[in-house]
Amino acid sequence: MDKIKELTLPLTDEQIKDLKAGDRVLLTGVLYTARDAAHKRLVELINGNKELPIDLNGSTIYYVGPTPTKKGEVIGSCGPTSSYRMDEYTEPLLKKGLKIMIGKGPRSNKLKELLKEYNALYLSSIGGAAASISSAVKKYELVCYEDLGAEAIYKLEVKDFYAIVTYDTNGGDLFLEGISKYKK
Amino acid sequence: MREFDIDLLSNTIESMILDVATNIPSDVLSSLKEGLKIEESPLGKDVLNRIIENDELAKFKNLPMCQDTGIVIVFLEIGFDVHFSGDIYDAINIGVHNAYINGFLRKSVVKHPLDRINTKDNTPAIVHIKLVPGDKVKIDLSIKGAGSENVSLVKMLSPLDGIDGIKKLVLNTINDAGGKPCPPIIVGLGIGGDLEKSALLAKEALLRDIDDENDDPILNKLEKELKEDINNLGIGPMGFGGRLTCLAVKIKSYPCHIASLPVAINIQCHASRHKTKVI
Repeated sequence: MDKIKELTLPLTDEQIKDLKAGDRVLLTGVLYTARDAAHKRLVELINGNKELPIDLNGSTIYYVGPTPTKKGEVIGSCGPTSSYRMDEYTEPLLKKGLKIMIGKGPRSNKLKELLKEYNALYLSSIGGAAASISSAVKKYELVCYEDLGAEAIYKLEVKDFYAIVTYDTNGGDLFLEGISKYKK
Repeated sequence: MREFDIDLLSNTIESMILDVATNIPSDVLSSLKEGLKIEESPLGKDVLNRIIENDELAKFKNLPMCQDTGIVIVFLEIGFDVHFSGDIYDAINIGVHNAYINGFLRKSVVKHPLDRINTKDNTPAIVHIKLVPGDKVKIDLSIKGAGSENVSLVKMLSPLDGIDGIKKLVLNTINDAGGKPCPPIIVGLGIGGDLEKSALLAKEALLRDIDDENDDPILNKLEKELKEDINNLGIGPMGFGGRLTCLAVKIKSYPCHIASLPVAINIQCHASRHKTKVI
């Protein structure tokens, strides 16, 4: 297993190309949160040619709905949610410049093709490791869609946020590669 | 007749939820640590270590171990000789309301499955009541996330499908789910009964301790064989490949119709949050 790579967001196109499925990274920079309901709204805005509440160009989206923040903490527990539910809503965001998605679990084959086409990456953080993950968040602020509660869009500033490259820009798929090694 | 103070029920539900959201049951944590010994994949080991570290940090900082603090499922066993001083369902939901509001837990329940407006206090709970002899009240409570529930299913097999048919169904279901349900998983199987009985059995099976032994010799053998077969799928921690896909298989069965073989598969993620209390 290679050493963990420390990276600052946003990544350059070259950095994105160089990352391979299975690479472990520590990310520092800005993530936007969005889940099912926020994706639906963003895509409706894009389809209606309306202005978006966040600049997607070069952006990273983290699929998460945190628990409410306790006193003295920056954010509540904030592990990833299942990514496949966002698959059908992803291409319009890639067209607007989305570069990295962070979530958990396998996604569609079509999504893997889109990553090649748009030079973008799918990363995983560890499902259920939500208390640890919150330690990497240094700042947490609401951007829009407050009515969605945990599903609103928030801006997170993270330091050394642990993630694993899961699908890369060459069709590399950590799930397929990993499981084929250990299947009996 | 024992008079049971309804507020005691609300308060017990509230404290059980607050405890279980931040404090992983010791049998689950031990089996994750045992799993480190059999995991061969370096990345799988790294993931397992981070899960264990998270569960210990959650307990230490009193933070939810997973942000999906679930929907609340309550199995109540009520003695015939118990009388409650108020509405049982209301009392449970008061406990849920208080826990989710006061405990900073995520509210993940919508009032209607189609218009999907959040109830904002995680009510209502899903409640199953059983009457038993005696004057005690037993509460089995779990908070269950959607990632693993969403890959669960019920299938009406044919009696001639038998054990081989059940194995094939379980292995296909878990293989298709891959990393989605946050492995290492616990698999609850309900075999027999009818459509809804099998699903209930599967959920009840998940309430058993990880290392208990099934009293039924046929089911005991099937649990062990399935666990090995599932781990041979190679899915590994979080689906990145590895030896440890499944911490345990737990089965419950019930008599059924001569023409039926209902099988329910209820999958539980590694954040298996359940507690039992007898009052």
